[in-house]
Amino acid sequence: MLRLERRATPSSTMSIASPLLAAAGMLVTGFLLFSALGKDPLEAFYLFFIKPLSSTYGIGELLLKTTPLLLCGLGLALGFRANVWNIGAEGQLTMGAIAGGGVALWFGDSDSSFAMPLMLLAGILGGMAWAAIPAFLRTRFNTNEILVTLMLVYIAQLMLSWLVHGPWRDPQGQNYPQSQGFGDAETMSVLINGTRVTWGIVYAVGLALIAWVFSEKTFAGFRMQVAGLAPAAAAYAGFSEKRNIWIALMLCGATAGLAGICEVAGPIGRLQQEISPGYGFAAIIVAWIGRLHPIGVVFGALLMSLLYLGGEAAQMGMGLPSAITGLFQGLLLFYLLAADLFIYFRLKRVGVVESPEPKPAIRVEGAV
Amino acid sequence: MQSSKIWKTIRLCLAAGLMATTSVAAFAAEPLKVAFVYLGPVGDGGWTQQHDMARKKLEAALGSAIKTTYVENVPETADSERVFRQLAADGNKLIFATSFGYMESLQKVAKLFPDVKFEHVNGFKTAPNISVYEPRFEEGFYLIGVVAGQMTKSNTLGFIGSFPIPSVMRNVDSMTLGALSVNPKVKMKPIWVNTWYDPGKERQAADTLIAQGADAVAQNTDSPASIQAAQEKGTYAFSIDADMSSFGKKAQLTGSTEDWSGYYIAETKKVLDGSWTGNRHTRWGIKEGMVVMAPLNPDIPPAAVKIFEDKKAAIVAGTLNPFAGPIKDSTGKEMVAANAAMSDATFNSLNWYVEGVEGSVPK
Repeated sequence: MLRLERRATPSSTMSIASPLLAAAGMLVTGFLLFSALGKDPLEAFYLFFIKPLSSTYGIGELLLKTTPLLLCGLGLALGFRANVWNIGAEGQLTMGAIAGGGVALWFGDSDSSFAMPLMLLAGILGGMAWAAIPAFLRTRFNTNEILVTLMLVYIAQLMLSWLVHGPWRDPQGQNYPQSQGFGDAETMSVLINGTRVTWGIVYAVGLALIAWVFSEKTFAGFRMQVAGLAPAAAAYAGFSEKRNIWIALMLCGATAGLAGICEVAGPIGRLQQEISPGYGFAAIIVAWIGRLHPIGVVFGALLMSLLYLGGEAAQMGMGLPSAITGLFQGLLLFYLLAADLFIYFRLKRVGVVESPEPKPAIRVEGAV
Repeated sequence: MQSSKIWKTIRLCLAAGLMATTSVAAFAAEPLKVAFVYLGPVGDGGWTQQHDMARKKLEAALGSAIKTTYVENVPETADSERVFRQLAADGNKLIFATSFGYMESLQKVAKLFPDVKFEHVNGFKTAPNISVYEPRFEEGFYLIGVVAGQMTKSNTLGFIGSFPIPSVMRNVDSMTLGALSVNPKVKMKPIWVNTWYDPGKERQAADTLIAQGADAVAQNTDSPASIQAAQEKGTYAFSIDADMSSFGKKAQLTGSTEDWSGYYIAETKKVLDGSWTGNRHTRWGIKEGMVVMAPLNPDIPPAAVKIFEDKKAAIVAGTLNPFAGPIKDSTGKEMVAANAAMSDATFNSLNWYVEGVEGSVPK
């Protein structure tokens, strides 16, 4: 019989290596899978991981898709480190898009140079306002933030749907549920000519650096880390739990809101019913792959973005089903969690259990 | 300066080489590459499945003259633009975009690839290299109404709508008009679920309508959930896009389905012989075979079947227009005069309920 036993000292080298191990596991499984399907695995890997990057446009698309994943992932990672389980980044993203998009529609076709800064600001504030609801409910009534943030996703999406069906509907749009297109001054300028990638990626990478400094070098960042690693110690040290919750949710609301406005003021160029294919949820995986570390999240976001593009290329090139994208993302997370389990625990062979009393349940806190 | 000159020369050589290879390829009679972009998975049992069946029929019909590719699950977000662009860059010369929400990204990509031909379902923006195609869904829904009006016992019909956009409003309105043409006592209750495909929500909507007494419920959403609900509760339902009777043999009375293959084959042939043009808006109905009624349920009495068949024949012959006047809206105001037909402008932007529909259109 085997049982899991906690290791005395988890290896720090291995905890950095585990994303690489997970990526290797994903590739090996993918190789077997493609072979079993009768497809050439090397060609599939080429389509999946190389072809999307073989043109300037492709690299632009990679960065474009990385932007919202990175922004949401950053905010989530900071929160997860402090034991704040915000899984509603998608809703905060939507609210950022609504707030920033509302400002864009208010400016109309004006070429005011205030338009873009105000839109970005409104996007950030919109996301923060939406995240303030779970922060208030959690700190005031001890409501579970997992449920509240998740449910607020659907409310935000319905609000967007109502706006584009009703008050903000394009009068020239034959009744279709979308707003007018934003003016030139209300659209973010393109970073690399011939691509769609905007300045959003620059903001996102800049914020990753700031988040790194914040979490490693500031006292507020330290307090949040302690709260995540050892809540009792944080309480003993007199660190306010409420303040941590507020900071965690406000930061994520801000970055997710920015992601939302960057998406609608960037490649979409208007408000419409569907603005995100689930970036806020995919960013949860991004945060974990990035080891909840701001710089790690940059790589996590790039990898997730590549998996989306690769899935499309594999469909076009080899006629593989689109489920392949989700499959690879799932494999990656699965191997990552498996690797983490063995970093914190080891398998131990034990003899037949003699004692009739049940064994105490294993606490897997900190295992993921 | 010198190095930039050398670089220019290299680039010129490369470009010349590239042009030479492409023109050689053109002589070698390569198959025409045709691509399809789908909103849902090919196995959705409805909308996307019908498009993919037509794609397979197209391949069977034109054989080695063409090569088809498809991309499924493409959301109506910023992602669709990349997919269209990539397909065009990969050498696809004819691209079918099978969801309304691809309209804006199609406009952008079509400008970048003037030699690629685009076909867009249900849209309203065309271009020199974009043509639009649309089934006359209203014919199918009118006939659904004719069956529903005769089979309902509670005189209450239901409609599960996706989004209150003109192409869906036409269906709730034409179904109501069809039902009223055979049963002046019927009332129609619509529910809007704000999604094209969400079996959970569709099921909830169906249960709600049945609980409110609607015993014949049609849908404009893509899953068979409402047919399953009707089968369990012993009421009637109608399929959309595909025949869904395998999900409820007793419940499904008929349905409005699409066969896109005729159009896909015709348009591909036009591209092959060079006669394809953009800026067209094609609307095909039952006559052209794009709208196909699902088989009638054997429980429908022969007299009701006769009325259904007569009306269907009249639609095919062009003597019955579902939107012929007089038509009043749900507040009783006359919208289409007697002896007139609905204008194209009204038809294209329809946003009101006809008399007989309860409630108000969500704004």
